[in-house]
Amino acid sequence: MSVVTLKIDGVDVAIAAGSSVMQAAQEASVEIPRLCYLEGLSTVGSCRLCVVEIAGINKLLPACTTEVREGMDVTTQSPKLQDYRRMVLELLFGEGNHVCAICVANGNCELQDMAIAVGMDHSRFPYRFPDRKADLSHTQFGIDHNRCILCTRCVRVCDEIEGAHVWDVSQRGEFCHITSGLDQPWGDVDACTACGKCVDACPTGAIFRKNDTTGEKVGDREKLEFLVKARENREWVR
Amino acid sequence: MDINELHAMAEQEQLRRKPHRIRYCTSAGCVSAGAIAVKDGLKAAVKDGKLDNEIEISSVGCMGLCARGPLVKVEPSEIFYENVTAEQAASVVSTCHGGATDAKVSDLEHPFWKLQQPIVLENRGRINPERIEEYVQVGGYQSLHKALTDMTPAEVVEEMKKSGLRGRGGGGYPTGLKWETVAKMPPGQKYVICNADEGDPGAFMDRSILESDPHRVLEGMAIAGYAVGATHGFVYTRAEYPLAIKHLQKAIKQAKKFEFLGSQIFGSGFDFKVDIRIGAGAFVCGEETALMHSIQGARGNPRPRPPYPAASGLWDCPTLINNVESFANVAPIVRNGGDWYASIGTEDSKGTKVFALTGKITNTGLIEVPMGTTLRQIVEEMGDGVPDGGVVKAVQTGGPSGGCVPADLLDTPVEYKSLLKLGAIMGSGGMIVMDEGTKMVEIARFYMEFCREETCGKCVPCRTGTVQLYELLDKISKGQGTAKDVEQLEKLSYMVKEMSLCGLGQTAPNPILSTLDYFKQEYLDLLQSPADLNGNKIEATANAPSA
Amino acid sequence: MGKVKFATVWLAGCAGCHMSFLDMDEWLIELAQHVDVVYSPVGSDLKHYPDGVDVCLVEGAIANVDNLELIQEVRQKTKILISFGDCAVTANVPGMRNMLGGAESVLTRGYLELADAGKQFPNEPGIVPELLDQVQSVHNVVPVDIFMPGCPPPADRIKATLAPLLKGEMPVMEGREMIKFG
Repeated sequence: MSVVTLKIDGVDVAIAAGSSVMQAAQEASVEIPRLCYLEGLSTVGSCRLCVVEIAGINKLLPACTTEVREGMDVTTQSPKLQDYRRMVLELLFGEGNHVCAICVANGNCELQDMAIAVGMDHSRFPYRFPDRKADLSHTQFGIDHNRCILCTRCVRVCDEIEGAHVWDVSQRGEFCHITSGLDQPWGDVDACTACGKCVDACPTGAIFRKNDTTGEKVGDREKLEFLVKARENREWVR
Repeated sequence: MDINELHAMAEQEQLRRKPHRIRYCTSAGCVSAGAIAVKDGLKAAVKDGKLDNEIEISSVGCMGLCARGPLVKVEPSEIFYENVTAEQAASVVSTCHGGATDAKVSDLEHPFWKLQQPIVLENRGRINPERIEEYVQVGGYQSLHKALTDMTPAEVVEEMKKSGLRGRGGGGYPTGLKWETVAKMPPGQKYVICNADEGDPGAFMDRSILESDPHRVLEGMAIAGYAVGATHGFVYTRAEYPLAIKHLQKAIKQAKKFEFLGSQIFGSGFDFKVDIRIGAGAFVCGEETALMHSIQGARGNPRPRPPYPAASGLWDCPTLINNVESFANVAPIVRNGGDWYASIGTEDSKGTKVFALTGKITNTGLIEVPMGTTLRQIVEEMGDGVPDGGVVKAVQTGGPSGGCVPADLLDTPVEYKSLLKLGAIMGSGGMIVMDEGTKMVEIARFYMEFCREETCGKCVPCRTGTVQLYELLDKISKGQGTAKDVEQLEKLSYMVKEMSLCGLGQTAPNPILSTLDYFKQEYLDLLQSPADLNGNKIEATANAPSA
Repeated sequence: MGKVKFATVWLAGCAGCHMSFLDMDEWLIELAQHVDVVYSPVGSDLKHYPDGVDVCLVEGAIANVDNLELIQEVRQKTKILISFGDCAVTANVPGMRNMLGGAESVLTRGYLELADAGKQFPNEPGIVPELLDQVQSVHNVVPVDIFMPGCPPPADRIKATLAPLLKGEMPVMEGREMIKFG
């Protein structure tokens, strides 16, 4: 295994070749904002929060999908990055119906955390108030599309870790939404094993346990850890 | 098939020909202008005059001057007639034997024709796209033969590099370099893809090439396959192009029959087959990674690059993906050499470029000009400017990904570098002329509406940034905007441009940024007047709160 | 330095932010030493918003014509306008009616479809204010100087926002303690 060395915000890091800039940043204890990224799942680079500046490259690149290179000089914080990341958050808040006060994930929400991290005290773009639905047909869980940010963690965790592939994305653009089975109510999808991995992978309150109410969706960090390591350790049950 | 048989095939086609041929255009433009009635008239006249043995009525692909269709060409006199009607058909037929016609003869000395240099369109008006024999008769598949028998794959790549050809889909990446990268990947399964998913509003170059000269594209793909070590090619096009698909399907069938595609082509060890994949017309599927997902049967979403398709493309195999026009340039380059191609055009941009000239312009049509031709030559000389003496305000290139060049910069040469410098792009070849009456904010809004509908929705900036940009443009164009909105518009444009995952989002704000550059006053003129802003409009605001 | 002319305004919100304001408990006494409360549903009896207000906390979204009229008056007469709580900052819960479409579909749902008896729209011009078609955050209607999210903003956050203002400094709205929504 070869090792490359690089700089992240001035900190020297050595890491296995083939690793991502995101992993290197973790190695260097540098926090990079992220939403679609979840360790243990494939990377899609879709939320764009983790974009970084790399010396010599005139494009912003997502840390999660960019491979480390020898001698790379990565900057994870700059006024421009901060401003763009804040706009990403504003766009996300504006496109769904994110009412923290009445959300199961209030206080335990990565979207909320990211808003704080990027200093979003309000959105400069008007909220869209789209007409979105919730699906409560499953016996144990529910999905509220109002709170979905389309990070596709649920799609990936179900496909890649659980192997059930219950979730996918329908439609395009602003009409994109997560869909279960062949666009069936979740409760009708036989493939669902009710494992709950999607609940834990979901960064917001979009997918939740039915008996949770406002602020009660508590992130089960151990479960998340388990999800992350499941494939590596070949342990599929906890 | 060997070279003698190829020559024999061409000769046979020559012998088969009748002394006179009358070609009528069967492309979309002329057909909608009544070409089918003209064809019926031509055929009836030949039949009535019992001239079947002397005059052949044959279809050809697009001849270029779409504004004056239906176009008819008489061979061997090479006289073009414009705006031919069914009533004039008989008299056109009579010209073969010295008769007279009142059909308008096209002035081939006009700059529209004179300034063109057809390479990609060299067979324009010369062949029936549905007959492989006619393609062979004009030298078709000889370049493939030359490549397979006289050149090594590395030599083919070398010629492509020498030619200086750059990606004609709009990106402008050096084609030879791309070929070399794929060629140098370890041997194994590789693919060649022809990107025929032309989606810009107002662009019809690729459709026209596929409809008019499909074998040329197949030949280019086969040569590419040989050069990079691929045995399987795909043409990815869209269901909206039924005629292109039909002609291509027929061409593939014929090429297989005559063994220009298949196993051991020209007795060499090279195998190559081509399949068509038909997309449902999503604009994003013109983006190469989304296109490959679509071929694989998955949702047409792009993915971050690297890895580039050359390293890991279709089914994770090294894949060469080029645009239709790029492939259409391959056969002439192999035939005449890379140096010949590089001698055309400018230092930055070699060769020629096909443009679909549309909008407020007299001579709408398809043209092919050497790189370095100025926009003024194209618009004013070739296109005869705005109809009825109107004034050109701007020229838009590159469609929803491109920008506007204002009239005072029309002396800019058509080149990748110089267009980019102006905030426009070469693009795939759409060129839309706008006159004084065009409202630039509405143009920007139109393109943003397009992008908003066509974004795949994968990444946040593009999915929802385009929506917010559209809303801002809509607000401004309705006279409800403020100076802050214009500022917001510009900021968000840069954010979407720099933060989006694929080319669609990265270029979607270009129409805004270029109109802000050159026509900012039009935005400012639309802003709310200070009188509206003093806060005394409660009644009106209550009834129509801004969204 | 004279006393700060201080106001609080209650638009389309549940009054929870004002309750949280009262939760500042003994600090309210200190606040009272630095400010003149010139307009507030919890601290003053004045019925008209006065001129020359220095600092105003605005709770609630803009949901009806009265809200709209008041916020425009507040903006004109106030130096530092603070969006106070999630309803003011994002439209929050009052804004959830926007998903149903315009005012009419909301009224239809509330007063016709869900009514048991006496189905009718409330109609008392001059007394019952007309609904706006869409509920809006404050900064969508008038410029805002400071944003203090929270549903409600905890008392400590309100204190941390006001305290610097009393010293003529702007508060730093950063971090979980200051800008967490919900």
